[in-house]
Amino acid sequence: MTDQHSGLHIAHLSTGYRGRRVIDDLSLPPLRPGEVHSLLGPNAAGKSTLMRAIAGLQPASGEVRLNGRSLMGVSLAEHARHITYMPQTLPQGVALTVLETVIGALRASPIGDQALDTQSLALRAIAVLERIGIQGLAMRGLDQLSGGQRQLVSLAQALVREPEVLLLDEPISALDLHHQWRVMQLVHELSRERQMIVLMVLHDLQVAARWSDGVVLLADGKVAASGTAREAITPDVLADVYAVQARIEHCSAGSLQIMVDGIIRK
Amino acid sequence: MVEEQSLAPQQLLAAYRRLIARRVLIVSLLAVCCVAAFILDLVTGPSSLTPMQVIGGLIDPGTLSAPQAAIIWQVRLPYALAAILVGASLSLAGAEMQTILNNPLASPFTLGVSSAASFGAALGIVLGLSLPGVPADWVVPLNAFLCAFGSVLLLQAMSRMRGAGVETVVLFGIALVFAFNALVAFVQFMSSQEALQQLVFWSMGSLSRATWSNVYVMAAVLVAVVPFSMYAAGQLTALRLGEDRARSFGVNVGRLRFMSLLRVSILAATSVAFVGTIGFIGLVGPHIARLLLGEDHRFLLPASLLTGALIMSLASAASKALVPGVLLPVGIVTAIIGVPVFLVLIFKRSERV
Repeated sequence: MTDQHSGLHIAHLSTGYRGRRVIDDLSLPPLRPGEVHSLLGPNAAGKSTLMRAIAGLQPASGEVRLNGRSLMGVSLAEHARHITYMPQTLPQGVALTVLETVIGALRASPIGDQALDTQSLALRAIAVLERIGIQGLAMRGLDQLSGGQRQLVSLAQALVREPEVLLLDEPISALDLHHQWRVMQLVHELSRERQMIVLMVLHDLQVAARWSDGVVLLADGKVAASGTAREAITPDVLADVYAVQARIEHCSAGSLQIMVDGIIRK
Repeated sequence: MVEEQSLAPQQLLAAYRRLIARRVLIVSLLAVCCVAAFILDLVTGPSSLTPMQVIGGLIDPGTLSAPQAAIIWQVRLPYALAAILVGASLSLAGAEMQTILNNPLASPFTLGVSSAASFGAALGIVLGLSLPGVPADWVVPLNAFLCAFGSVLLLQAMSRMRGAGVETVVLFGIALVFAFNALVAFVQFMSSQEALQQLVFWSMGSLSRATWSNVYVMAAVLVAVVPFSMYAAGQLTALRLGEDRARSFGVNVGRLRFMSLLRVSILAATSVAFVGTIGFIGLVGPHIARLLLGEDHRFLLPASLLTGALIMSLASAASKALVPGVLLPVGIVTAIIGVPVFLVLIFKRSERV
């Protein structure tokens, strides 16, 4: 995997909404297969917009290449064969069981070259629910779930498609500590197992530092810092990006600890 | 928080199979109920035919006198078939609309398609406006169809405009209802006494306009549209998980919406053109189907079609039985039955939450 083309390459990407540019000429270091990367930054920094542009859900200019092949201008169906994007929310008021929604994610468009029969689809969906540890919810209605449970189901819908690139928009924002760890560990394991590229939007810098091979800090649609968590997350960068006074220390276990002492009024 | 009981994959698979089997069973039962309602509709009526005479006459027309045969073959049978077809078409159209517009209040009736059809009919009845070369019998239905189709094209154009959200489309549909109702009122105001009467009767929605040729056209349209709807079922189900998510799963939502609205316009415009405006079937049918078996569209679409046909058949039978000797316009009956059913559904829903 030392091939210079392997992985996801994003260069000079620009995108936005009607006359408002959100991301302007943005380039990222290459995201290699089997790596987990986190996209960090304040509210409205353009994190979700960037993810949507990479997933092909939003018109953009610039270059997005996966393993040497350009993904600009290809159809949604073609994008979907390689990239799956998990939005922040699932709609309310949907009369489907959990298992049906995960099978529904598989049925939406062909994944591999061969069509799977109903039993294989169901088994594949069940396997993902087991892996996340929510097989007990399989026959429950989506509307009967708590916010955290819905987030896990949402993750299952994305994982079941076994994409080469997995884009997760705040996958753990509604989860308790146990499930935060569990999801991060699972995503980390799967990226190594399947040589999957994972890019996720997180708000918890410590969680990002603990589980990511690389982090990207975004501010006003531009990259403020990138690299390993140790390189990129510094008091100066945090002051610049989040307008906070913070100390960064390494605990006895070696992990990054970020302590916020106050905010900087600009 | 999450773990309730551990189920082995095989147990879960079996549970899923049972769920599917239950849904197939519900759809089959609905089909059986439709047949029963159809027969009930056939044997109900003001003339003094017994149910056995009607059924015998259908199997072997030779057992009937000429007037009896005429009643059964030229009145009861086309009316009853039209009830099934109109109910099925409107309810299927409503189900698709509710999904693609992500709004439980969407239906051909609530978003202006029926009002537009009324306006088209009004132009035909009162002003005699029509395309050149159209036979007189077809002026009103053709006008109604063109206006209904035009209104859906307007809705289409809205939905494809950049930045127009689903809410915009729904609000625009409601604006269409008011606009077309105002136009119809204007035409009514300007029209003669005789034309007015015809117009009022038309806007009530009645199966008594059903003829064999209408029935053939409606059946052909339904048979042509249903396979396309079923083909899109998987994509429609994915759309229920959210637009961005569905698109990320490879569903071209813009195209899906366009094709679906096209089917809706053809179904709704054809029904309304032949029998007038029939409210609430397109709204209530899909809701009942959803309560019965959820939103896997492989089952929801056929179930909506069947619940619509069932309600319409029952309404047709009731329209003959409610006031002895009088055939009420079926549109009045569907609204009278539909409103309480709809209210019950709303209250049940808020109880569950």
